[in-house]
Amino acid sequence: MTSKYKYLGKTTEAVDALEKVIGKAAFGADIHLPGMLYGKVLRSPHPHAKIKSIDYSKALTLEGVKAVITSKDLPSLEDARASFGGELTMDLGQIRKLLLADGKTLFDGHAIAAVAATSLEIAEQALELINVDYEILPVIENALQAMRPDTPLIHPDLYTRTLGEKPKAPSNIGTMLEHQRGDPEKGFAEADVVVEESFETAMVHQGYIEPQACAAWADGDGKVTVWTSTQGIFNTRDQIAALLKITRGRLNVVPMEIGGGFGGKNDNLLQTLTVMLAQKTGRPVKMIMSRDEVFRATGPSSPAYFTVKVGAKKDGEITAAYIKMIYDSGAVPGGPLHLGWVASCGAYSIPNLKIDGYDVVSNKPRVQPYRAPGVTPVVFAIETTMDILAEKLGMDTLKFRLRNCAKEGDYMPDDQKYARIGLKEVLERVASHPHWNTPLEGPNRGRGLAMGMWTGATLSSSALVMVNGDGSATGVSGQVDLTGTRTTTRQIIAEALQLPLEKVQVRVADTESTPYTMTSVGSRTTYAFGTAVYRACQDALAQMKARAAPQLLVDVGDIEYAEGKFWSKKDLEKAVSWNEVARNTQTRGEGMVTGRGSATRLPIAPEFNAHIVDVEVDPETGKASIKRWTAVQDAGLAVNPMQVEGQMQGGVTQGIGWGISEYYYYDKGKLRNPTFLDYRMPTSLDVPMIDTSIVEVPAPDGPYGIRGVGEACIVCPPAAIASAIYRATGVRMNKLPMTPEAVFWAIKAKEKQLVAADGH
Amino acid sequence: MAKIPLVFKVNGEQQEILVQPYQTLLSALRDELRLTGTKEGCSNGNCGACTVIVNGRTADSCLVLAAEANGAEVTTVEGLSQNGQLHPVQKAFMKYGALQCGFCTPGFLLSAKYLLDSNPNPTEHEIRLAIAGNLCRCTGYDKIVRAIQAVAQAEV
Amino acid sequence: MRLFEFAAPKSLEEAYKILSRADADVRALAGGTDLIDQVHQGRRKPSIVMDIKGIPEMKRLAFDREGLHIGAGASCTDIYNFPPVKKNYISIAESAALVGSVQIQNRAGIGGNICNAAPSADTAPSLIVHNARVVIAGPKGQRVLPIEQFFLGPGQNAMAKDEILLGIVVPPPPASSASHYLRFIPREEMDIAVAGVASMVVIDPKSKVCKTARIALASVAPTPVRAKDAEAVLEGHVINEALIREAGEKAINAAKPITDVRGSIEYRKELVKVLTRRTLTKCLETLGNR
Repeated sequence: MTSKYKYLGKTTEAVDALEKVIGKAAFGADIHLPGMLYGKVLRSPHPHAKIKSIDYSKALTLEGVKAVITSKDLPSLEDARASFGGELTMDLGQIRKLLLADGKTLFDGHAIAAVAATSLEIAEQALELINVDYEILPVIENALQAMRPDTPLIHPDLYTRTLGEKPKAPSNIGTMLEHQRGDPEKGFAEADVVVEESFETAMVHQGYIEPQACAAWADGDGKVTVWTSTQGIFNTRDQIAALLKITRGRLNVVPMEIGGGFGGKNDNLLQTLTVMLAQKTGRPVKMIMSRDEVFRATGPSSPAYFTVKVGAKKDGEITAAYIKMIYDSGAVPGGPLHLGWVASCGAYSIPNLKIDGYDVVSNKPRVQPYRAPGVTPVVFAIETTMDILAEKLGMDTLKFRLRNCAKEGDYMPDDQKYARIGLKEVLERVASHPHWNTPLEGPNRGRGLAMGMWTGATLSSSALVMVNGDGSATGVSGQVDLTGTRTTTRQIIAEALQLPLEKVQVRVADTESTPYTMTSVGSRTTYAFGTAVYRACQDALAQMKARAAPQLLVDVGDIEYAEGKFWSKKDLEKAVSWNEVARNTQTRGEGMVTGRGSATRLPIAPEFNAHIVDVEVDPETGKASIKRWTAVQDAGLAVNPMQVEGQMQGGVTQGIGWGISEYYYYDKGKLRNPTFLDYRMPTSLDVPMIDTSIVEVPAPDGPYGIRGVGEACIVCPPAAIASAIYRATGVRMNKLPMTPEAVFWAIKAKEKQLVAADGH
Repeated sequence: MAKIPLVFKVNGEQQEILVQPYQTLLSALRDELRLTGTKEGCSNGNCGACTVIVNGRTADSCLVLAAEANGAEVTTVEGLSQNGQLHPVQKAFMKYGALQCGFCTPGFLLSAKYLLDSNPNPTEHEIRLAIAGNLCRCTGYDKIVRAIQAVAQAEV
Repeated sequence: MRLFEFAAPKSLEEAYKILSRADADVRALAGGTDLIDQVHQGRRKPSIVMDIKGIPEMKRLAFDREGLHIGAGASCTDIYNFPPVKKNYISIAESAALVGSVQIQNRAGIGGNICNAAPSADTAPSLIVHNARVVIAGPKGQRVLPIEQFFLGPGQNAMAKDEILLGIVVPPPPASSASHYLRFIPREEMDIAVAGVASMVVIDPKSKVCKTARIALASVAPTPVRAKDAEAVLEGHVINEALIREAGEKAINAAKPITDVRGSIEYRKELVKVLTRRTLTKCLETLGNR
């Protein structure tokens, strides 16, 4: 790939790589403070139960135990409906319910109490001395059960949010969404072929390898410092501050390296408990979740149910679509319904569309975002339906998509109009790709294709760029670097200021030292935060020009800058180096240069992609093995191609797990597989090399045409695998995950059908 | 319960510490010696983030008692580079983008070193088998496998 | 982590003394990869964990006229890299190479795998088809048990409270025999067997008649089990495709699986059928009889 830029579009080593390969990078659990206590959480073994009493008097008598907290230690809330941003906004009252069970447990793993003690072992022993009297309540296992009218209510005070008037009675439905454009009825009537299918997807976990970890310490005067691996330090600060009634300025959150988040490290529950224990004991407290706790008590993704109906004319043109989507949000409302809706069939141009959506509670952990929240399940449903429709029309599945793919000027499911997008180019790349054009090898193999999109979050961002006296530059922000933000930020600063990479440093600092910036989610950092960085650079450059002008005795409007040099465009002889101007900032005139940049409410820069997969299915066991994978994605501008490839390959692998092996196995509301042994994430042997192909259709709104790349890559794999399994075996898998056993029984059922058909 | 003495070599240096009889090697390294490069991801041998080399062989240090390591030689990620020179697997992981969040990286580096020490020219399958006990959620393994291949082919 | 004391005896005598302590619940630790996790989860609560790897006899790995001697402390890596195992006990080598990851295999051994007595233990069916014996030792002396009598139920073995496993003796394989182990797992590695099957056949080189067949199953009953009905199908016959199919069907008779997170009763039975066929086919391939 050639790039017209000097530092963008080029692979560079990651800024943080060295610290990470020598074991020096400090993650959430790596902090050690003097006199530190260890905190542990008592968790409910019952998915749904009334808490009649909690007696922790015995625990307090254990030598080494310094404090025990329960929901009684939480301050009351004046405004329980105040919400916090991120991909999924939440009401404070709901967060409070999740933090420490208040009178009632809502899921297996719900926190009941927390202990701080002088050692982890003592804290664990203390948990066993806490006596909780439960009254078991019926378990509402999933959204479908929760929606039935005779099902007991989980929250007696939950009234469905709708666009219409407030419902008269409470229910287990948190939100109902109805959306329509065009005339779906007419559209379906015009169709020559209509396909309607139903789907179900499982609850899966983000699977970050680093468990949640946090340390907190309150000063003598009550000022609190929190060290933690979170996706958003300001989000963490503001949430804790609101729940515990601390002034934001007196709560400093220090970002530690984060060992994977994928949306799952936005909930701040452990952090809040740590602060409470630190406040109560006056000593530093560290808390680290066990893997069991991570599975049971953080926020996995939402399991979902769909009905998809699509109609098309003989020539392949889609005339109408209907989608019913039910997202299970777990213990409290607020699953990814809205995000699922916005992106759902966003890869298609559909004139007549109706979507009904439901956000429903059940006795499971409250869901959190997981990479393109809500979209992977709905794309699985839509793409499988489209695959069936193309087959019924007798059309090649790729040609069908080329015929109907969304383009500039088309509308998203929520009626936003697309600016320039790169889906058609992605599909054209698929059409010309060797993978698509190489015949399959061997028996029991099939090739699948799927396409999908992620809207792309933008939110609010800010950054500072400081020019040092030696001409080097330092970018500072509170933007948590999940997997590459520092590296791309450095490239953007080098490009914008035209400085060599070696002269650019970047740093992620704490909430006390940096301006407010929102959490690192939704593929927004390189695009939206990158815009703030770019603007900070423009600001720094303008200030530098203003410093250079009096030195050259010319008007600032006449100053040009390139490659480390300022000059007057009226008199080329009048020139001064960047370094000299920088040096002078320390002693002269206007003084030091700090560029400030922020970006709020940028237009979206949607990311589109398509995946090709070859699968081999063992017909005797049902096991599907992934033989070959190609992911094609529009990155707008791939700032660092190696990192873009890494994002795509990682997303594919998570998608493979979602597709064939990962799921929460609940037995009457109790999670039976909270280990990496039985929650089966792909190992190195479960995936092939993952081929990537980057398309670059610049986004019109941000700097340099950059689009986010982190999310779209996870939305296609389950659908692509399902399509490949169909072509290998003749069976359609409408339920995730497509485990060997599920595929095996589907093959058996089909064989039976064939035998029965032969008999007639 | 009385603590027991543990005398062992860590990254070439003699260490004499007291550990609890039930303390794991992982905890001794992290909490006593403050060698926090070794990570804890699952505590039951399924993720490999805590991989270290004990007497020449990799082990999940969460499943080794510290007391078992008495007299042993232990290598952690902090001991991979020698005389200020990065180990080839460290260089390769950086150059080929074989890490993202970096949490699983120390374990992968030690598994890769262990493989290459005994099998300098592994096939792709042998590499994948050698790192199957190390979970990575960011990279999809592609670049990790390629980095190890690059070390084998001396392309670092 | 639950609290316990640690002991590391250097001799069997020392170990017996520790085992004789009436006040203590002693668990022997070899690789520790099952035990430490179980203690961590509170599934076992020993008061003393006794590392047996310092006892010279425990690390024994030898092949002589009596057969293969595997000390209770020998690791899977040691075992499958031992040339006589690779050569004569293919099924044992295959199953030892399936126990967890490389890191696990570097610590865990076959001794611990069978003492843990999980129904899913990968090495158990291979030891059964190879007619292994276990040598159990304690303050009252040593005793030898056929491996099939060692497993009493999930997590339960035939050893008394004051006994430990010294090792395993596997007789030399009969001439013209072959053995293989296959398990089914959803991933390619790092899983517990949904079902596992070891098969061993002895063929008369001249007549090609199957003199002996031994088939054992993992993960489909409270203990590893022999599939005797399947064996009977093969013995006394020249094994062909049809007999292999029939043996697969008959192997199901021995399976009494449960439905759990890893698979359903019905699916496990199907897998037993498939894996029995596949291991038998592999045995014949190894013998060059196909």
